[in-house]
Amino acid sequence: MQNMKNIIKAEKILYEYFRRDEEGNVESINTALDHIDFSVNEGQFVGIAGHNGSGKSTLAKHINALIVPEEGTVEVCGMDTKDEENQLEIRRNAGMIFQNPDNQIISSIVEEDVGFGPENLGVPSEEIIERVERALKAVDMWKYKDASPNRLSGGQKQRVAIAGVIAMNPKCIIFDESTAMLDPEGRADVLSVAHWLNKEKGVTILWITHYMEELVNADFIYVMNEGKVAATGTPREIFSDVETVHECHLALPQITELAYRLHEDGLDIPLGILSEDELEEALCHLS
Amino acid sequence: MFKDATLGQFYPADSILHRLDPRVKLLGCLVYIIMLFSFKGLPGFILVTAFLVLIIVLCKVPFSFMVKGIRGIMILIIIAAVFNIFFTPGDVIWQWKAIKITDTGLRNAVLMTIRMFYLIVGTSIMTLTTTPNQLTDGMEKQFAPLEKINVPVHDVAMMMSIALRFIPILTEETNKIMNAQKSRGADFETGNVFQRAKAMVPILVPLFVNAFRRANDLALAMEARCYAGGVGRTKMHPLKYQTRDFIAYIILFAFLVGVFVLKHFFKYMILGM
Repeated sequence: MQNMKNIIKAEKILYEYFRRDEEGNVESINTALDHIDFSVNEGQFVGIAGHNGSGKSTLAKHINALIVPEEGTVEVCGMDTKDEENQLEIRRNAGMIFQNPDNQIISSIVEEDVGFGPENLGVPSEEIIERVERALKAVDMWKYKDASPNRLSGGQKQRVAIAGVIAMNPKCIIFDESTAMLDPEGRADVLSVAHWLNKEKGVTILWITHYMEELVNADFIYVMNEGKVAATGTPREIFSDVETVHECHLALPQITELAYRLHEDGLDIPLGILSEDELEEALCHLS
Repeated sequence: MFKDATLGQFYPADSILHRLDPRVKLLGCLVYIIMLFSFKGLPGFILVTAFLVLIIVLCKVPFSFMVKGIRGIMILIIIAAVFNIFFTPGDVIWQWKAIKITDTGLRNAVLMTIRMFYLIVGTSIMTLTTTPNQLTDGMEKQFAPLEKINVPVHDVAMMMSIALRFIPILTEETNKIMNAQKSRGADFETGNVFQRAKAMVPILVPLFVNAFRRANDLALAMEARCYAGGVGRTKMHPLKYQTRDFIAYIILFAFLVGVFVLKHFFKYMILGM
């Protein structure tokens, strides 16, 4: 029953990138993941925060079985990613949205791109059409079904990519810095779609980012630094531990940072403020 | 940079040609080319012209739009025509020092120009009425029997559709890089051909680097969406022949037979075309 609850479970995973010189000798080893333990419960919205090169994207690729760990195990829905026979099933269950919206859209027509995943799974044609319609309506892109992705904005393209993953009926979706290349509006759009999927459809979401403010409403956060997990906890716990966040070269959400500075200046404001309302309340109680 | 290229572009409209199965159009294109290069004599020419006019009327694409695609290739047609006029042996009809024009040369030049023009208009009608995806789907289905002798039909079709998807993206990127280099003082407009070619290097290097990066990303994204080659794949819109497709096949066949019959009967016709 343990596995049923932990949709993703990684134990002591190690992954290294080798830099080789021209003769193929190893010049240096870059440990991207250093014996990491990681687990996500079904139905959760889990955030992974880390600066560039902290190993967060490498971790994401492990969960989709795009890479397998050198040491340790990764289990997704109870299946080991090392077993090649499981890989297709794992990828069906754990969809992935990448950073660059252009580089993950395969077809020149929105509708056909969304159908790409189900086509690969061998779903019958009538059901693909059904699934594509449902997926495009879920991300509010149905009216663009015949459009070319080139004419869409970044946020819209990312929503098409999400629809492409939804059409495969995954239990879990990994967003690997999917908002990094978007404007603020597109970013808010994609984040709200992710939350909607989590709340309404019960899809487990793994949200990888270096913008802490996107994780305010997450259930649980992993903070990564130099291939290690630097901190874990709820957003409130993480945002209260300001030193660790700063050590990991991450910026707190503005409002949390403001509350922290007020606290440092001697005001009686609790740490880990998550929203303007909370700060307002705390300020009102100061008197 | 590539504004005038209508070749390979899709023109959305609601016509019978747009609705035809892409396999019909592919085969139609082949039949048309065969007709174009095998007709002899005026009647054959009229028949091919009739066929071309028929599809131009049926496709509902403005004629000016089709002709736009010819502009780019005009220079090629002119060069070919000039070579044909001046360098074909035959009865001399006009001579000035070493330059002479022969009757066969003149006839060949006219014929060749007409054929080139017809070829471009005819084939661009196919691409104008067929979406790139239909086109690759049609090819995949048409050539599917070749898979038995280990020709990677699906993979080639997949590559083609991805290439078509990335043409506008890479075009935009080229413009971006050009502007970036221009803003730093690069000069693409002056100098002779070699200097200009050399000036392209700072565009091509970043373009290629980015293209490889994109290819890598795309491969990952395809894998993440369970792509594992053509085996066991289904299609969202599988190709199915309708009645109109069979009718189109019959019409095509009729024209083809017509051209060969006319060719046989009018072998020694006037004009000798």
